[in-house]
Amino acid sequence: MKFTSVLAAGTAAVLALGLTACGSSDDGGGGGTEDVTITMLPKNLGNPYFEASTAGAEEAAGELGATVEEVGPDTASPDAQVPFINTAAQQGVAALVVSANDPTAIGDALQEARDAGTKVVTFDSDTEPQFRDLFVNQASAEGIADKQLELISDQIGGEGEIAILSASANATNQNAWIALMEEKLASDYPDIELVETVYGDDDDQTSFDKTAALLQSHPDLKGIVSPTTVGIAAAARYVSTSEYKGKVAVTGLGTPNQMREYVEDGTVEAFALWNPTDLGYLATQAAAALAAGDITGEEGDTFEAGRLGEFTVGADGEVLLGEPFVFDESNIADFDF
Amino acid sequence: MRTHARPWWQRALLTREMLTILILVVAWIVAASVVQGFDGPLTITYLVLDVAPVLLIALPMTLIIGTGEIDLSVASVVGLSSVTFGLLYQAGLGLGVGLLVSVLLGAVCGAVNGALVAYGGLPSLAVTIGSLALYRGLAVGLLGTTAVTGFPESWTDGATENLGESPYPVITLGLLALIAVFAVLLHATPFGRNVLDIGRSREAARFSGVDVKRTLLILFVLSGAVSALAGVYYTLRYGSARGDNATGLELQVVAAVLLGGVSIFGGRGAIHGVVAGVLLIGVLGSALRLESVTVNVINIVIGAALVVSVVAPRIAGGLRVRRRNPAVGQGT
Repeated sequence: MKFTSVLAAGTAAVLALGLTACGSSDDGGGGGTEDVTITMLPKNLGNPYFEASTAGAEEAAGELGATVEEVGPDTASPDAQVPFINTAAQQGVAALVVSANDPTAIGDALQEARDAGTKVVTFDSDTEPQFRDLFVNQASAEGIADKQLELISDQIGGEGEIAILSASANATNQNAWIALMEEKLASDYPDIELVETVYGDDDDQTSFDKTAALLQSHPDLKGIVSPTTVGIAAAARYVSTSEYKGKVAVTGLGTPNQMREYVEDGTVEAFALWNPTDLGYLATQAAAALAAGDITGEEGDTFEAGRLGEFTVGADGEVLLGEPFVFDESNIADFDF
Repeated sequence: MRTHARPWWQRALLTREMLTILILVVAWIVAASVVQGFDGPLTITYLVLDVAPVLLIALPMTLIIGTGEIDLSVASVVGLSSVTFGLLYQAGLGLGVGLLVSVLLGAVCGAVNGALVAYGGLPSLAVTIGSLALYRGLAVGLLGTTAVTGFPESWTDGATENLGESPYPVITLGLLALIAVFAVLLHATPFGRNVLDIGRSREAARFSGVDVKRTLLILFVLSGAVSALAGVYYTLRYGSARGDNATGLELQVVAAVLLGGVSIFGGRGAIHGVVAGVLLIGVLGSALRLESVTVNVINIVIGAALVVSVVAPRIAGGLRVRRRNPAVGQGT
């Protein structure tokens, strides 16, 4: 019995100490009066892509004299994200910058945070428009389609047969990009012929096999465009160890970590994506502009975003980061995501 | 033999359950005084909404662990029920029908576990870790990575709105009712006595006429049905039916039950302790998040609390034996 009481006292003391220690280390972080606190809530923690975007957020905060706190769940699920949104509402932070794990599931929580006075900016992955003040969009469909055609055209010398390796046949965004590319090919690239579009289902092995089949059935193929990170990596892996290396161009949307070895061994000349550091930087600049009352998120509002220049809010509260970012031999070493 | 050396009120106060309640009270007071924002009006609302599924599932889990068994498939049943509820709504059925079918499906999931454990004689740890994967696989397989959304606001508001001007969500009433039901079931019925008897000694329980197999089957069916109910709540609270809903929730449930003083070996446990255990985990999570402590550290705290709550009674038991009989442990 004595042990039980000792255990009780001990556990209580440890808990008290723990919480006190946490408390004293953070005075004024939450309900600050003058300084602006921004909560950064990525889809999940431990994800290199979001580590890059948080680095951008911290860079922006440093320039603005604001504080950024990164919080987030360990799994990219909406139910795990909600408690962190609730916490931001409780703390009454000036702004919440979030990459949504679900367009509706976190909506109520975001609405409550906004009712409590917090400005909400989504980035990378949007919610339905009514749940946030602004969405910082990494790239437009037109921008992605144009950039990929520009890259493949440069790499094959402006003429010849190309093929597309997509994700699944019913992936909405992929199909939108492919449709735009087809339009643009017909009007602006008369000497390039799209001979086939195949689907690798965003599965590494399937994409790999489809690449092999493409190259066999089209002996004159000069380039493959894969607007999906899984597809482009699988295609590059196949080409890098085949007789087509250096003869067939591979480009599309990829991440530097997946593509690094193929850029270094010469299989891939250049590919595109957006720069997540810039994305986090812009989202934080936008959040600070909202919190300061400089903008309200109305279409046509303009704000200054540090080193990225001036941005204008578009329809549905969207701010576009810009053209996709091109990664090649010269800059790939600067990125780790 | 120990006789009652202390009066009844001291015995009532010096229980494992009271210890958890005491820690909960201390944690609450400390959090309210040092954590910024914890004493705000939103804390209780979010706390109740957040712990609701854990609390629901912890109730039947208390009885299952009380028999010395365990059900690790609960969070997967939440996911499967969420998907079922969503798909039925999408198919145009009323939400009442969806609720009923989902809960029935949960009961079936539980019955499969229960039959394998009770009548198949298999260890529940192995059976339910298998069904954890199986039910989650079905849930994700049925809906893929998409979600069913757009549930009517009258239902989703019911899952989150408060009672009048109070900080307590409406669902508090339902939770209190279920707590009362399970408290009566465990502490005031022959069935509840049988549950703990099975946990103390399955052989002895069988010889004294307890239908061990039937009791276990009923408990797993209850666990499945209540988990499915939690799945419907989950769906409405987040307004989104997803296959990955509540992934990993079983850890919190088991941690709460053991923190609440239920013995992992079965034979002892009480509902009020478990309710305190659930709230303790909720308060710790809420306070630590307000301090912007990262999720990994929160998991470490909950995991450590779980291990301590299992290990501490063993050490305490060992010390007590040693104090009474110094010969024990001398030669080691």
